[in-house]
Amino acid sequence: MTLHRKRGTGRNGRRIGLWTAGAALLALAAAGCGSSSGSSGSGPITIGVSVSLSGDFSGDGLATKQGYETWAAYQNAHGGILGRQIKLDILSDGSSPTQVATNYQKLITVDHVDFVLGPYSTLLTKPSSVIANRYSKVMLEGIGGGPSVFERGLKNVFDVSASAKYQLITFAKWLAAAHKPEAVAYATMTDPFLQPMLDGARSYLTSKGFTTATYKVYPVETTDFTPIASAIAASQAPVVVLGSMPPDGYAFIQDFIQDKYSPQILIEASGPDQGADFVKAVGSTNTGGIMVPNTWYPGETFYQNSAMVAEYLKLFGSTSGVNNDANNISADVAEAFSAGQVLQQAVDHVGSTDNSKLEAYLHSGASFNSVQGPVKFLADGENGAATPFVFQWQQGALQDVLPLGIGKTVPIMASKPAWGANG
Amino acid sequence: MLVLQAIIEGILIGGFYALMAGGLTLVFGVMDIVNFAQGILVVLGAYLSYALFTHLSLDPFLSLLITLPGMFLIGVAVYWSMIRPIKRDRVIMSLLVMFAVGTIIEGILDLIFTSNLVQIHTSYVNSSVKVGSLVFADIYLYAFAMAVVLLAGVYYLLYRTRFGRSLRASMQNPTAARLVGINTDWVSAFTLGIGVALAAAGGMVFGLTNSFDAASSYDLISRVLAIVIFGGFGSLTGALLASVIMLSIEDVVAVVWSPTWSQTMFYVVLVLVLLARPQGLLGRKAVRAQ
Repeated sequence: MTLHRKRGTGRNGRRIGLWTAGAALLALAAAGCGSSSGSSGSGPITIGVSVSLSGDFSGDGLATKQGYETWAAYQNAHGGILGRQIKLDILSDGSSPTQVATNYQKLITVDHVDFVLGPYSTLLTKPSSVIANRYSKVMLEGIGGGPSVFERGLKNVFDVSASAKYQLITFAKWLAAAHKPEAVAYATMTDPFLQPMLDGARSYLTSKGFTTATYKVYPVETTDFTPIASAIAASQAPVVVLGSMPPDGYAFIQDFIQDKYSPQILIEASGPDQGADFVKAVGSTNTGGIMVPNTWYPGETFYQNSAMVAEYLKLFGSTSGVNNDANNISADVAEAFSAGQVLQQAVDHVGSTDNSKLEAYLHSGASFNSVQGPVKFLADGENGAATPFVFQWQQGALQDVLPLGIGKTVPIMASKPAWGANG
Repeated sequence: MLVLQAIIEGILIGGFYALMAGGLTLVFGVMDIVNFAQGILVVLGAYLSYALFTHLSLDPFLSLLITLPGMFLIGVAVYWSMIRPIKRDRVIMSLLVMFAVGTIIEGILDLIFTSNLVQIHTSYVNSSVKVGSLVFADIYLYAFAMAVVLLAGVYYLLYRTRFGRSLRASMQNPTAARLVGINTDWVSAFTLGIGVALAAAGGMVFGLTNSFDAASSYDLISRVLAIVIFGGFGSLTGALLASVIMLSIEDVVAVVWSPTWSQTMFYVVLVLVLLARPQGLLGRKAVRAQ
């Protein structure tokens, strides 16, 4: 199963300079245009989105775009919004924070879209939500849940997914309930999404008496993980929690195997969710027992999920590398789709394209449904109703194991088998 | 013990970084060009080994018999088709040409392999050997041995052959070299070929030890450039020494303090060395004296 890669930073900084000149020109052009009240009341509802079709986030950016397109196609076949068809206005930002701001400026002030939905990643959501706020536009998003998005007091940004600090909370609660306090080794990339995710789990576990065997934070540019892995191996901690992206997630496992160190419990923020790529990278006999958190999986039974999967496979099943296998659909698709779902429900309830009324309604404590489960916004725009899932590799397949009582979980493997034993 | 292990791992991993940096420094020494495409050429080497392993089940080390000559020819072709025709401002224009070459290669790799991460997963990438309480991954031992052999080969080529004399003459004084009958165009073409071939070898090991995509080149080029500056532009020995020192410093700092500061500490050392020796550890002055 291919789940998410929800990174906040990346190597895109090196490309920023290349975009700066073009961004400045576009911003100047946009500044010359006045604001607008949106499209006419009888034509299609226009929704502006910036996605990363090149650069570091290109893989996830494409999945995000497909998620929005899947939602628009599905919703158009079911009455659109306010009885009007949905028309997406999609721009590419090259994974650049400068370009993404320029894009939203253009979408709002030049293209005069009715609504905007969020881009991919915390890194890009931060500048784009500021632009949306400047023009009093609501920004619903599903893939920018780092705390820094919500710490600036903006009232217009709403995340329909579980935010970063709660992503590992389901795992942490299970560990505290099922195990006596023991030593935990932590390592995380310096990332506005991953580090808060790890710190959220660490904070909870520490409050329950778990000790920190080692805590390593590494920069995004790191390519040699052997010393960090060696330090964790030397600690002999029975539990390892990693705030990783796929490359480092794979490298840590390889290094642990080389160090002949097999923790009883290993959870990675990202990496084990990459399906066949993960298996190829670490070897099919080494996956057993490894866990990963996420907010969605293809087989869950939340609102419109099966319809979304069917629509996605109809649109992209044979062309996007998923080979018509629902298990290969990225969670980015569901996260983007969820943002669209909440927008549709809220706008239909408000009965107009007025963004200020929409913002007030989203802050009213109303509940919404999405393919990721219930949505109810806290005052800062985070989804207070989200319950992240935990998945575990068992017998060569990624299984939903937590939380108990939601969806179709299988019994969790309490201790990871030795490397090479699969399990 | 953890510190000792970090130092030895730094030395081992520094070996294959020296391959990547060696190609860069060699090209600069002869052609005065900073090859900004070196990072993506390393990744190209990794992808070639990956493709041969995946489709022909060819062991990555054996695949060097194909990728080294192949990448050598790519280097020669790039020189002959893109750099040699430049008649004015060759040094500056070459920077742009190599940047363009890198961008084109990145685009092609993205097109062929997509942006999904891949890794070469052979039977021996996870195996290791235990010496007392120290554990060393087999792949790093193999890679270090290969790096020593290849760099020794290049060293032999430079200092024990007629071509090497021509190359060193071109490094020291290109005009005088041309006056005594050395075809500096061919020397430059072969040098770029060797530099690119070394990138293939480094890339093969990178692909065995890291998952990668085309964008991985951006992390590589910054590190490799730092190594070349530290070792001294144009010095092969300097590149090897700098690689080993850089990786050891980073690994030790990561173990005893924090990975966040490991690269910073290396750059602190780099600045201190450059203050004392602006040409780097074994920079051009030292090379020309050899």
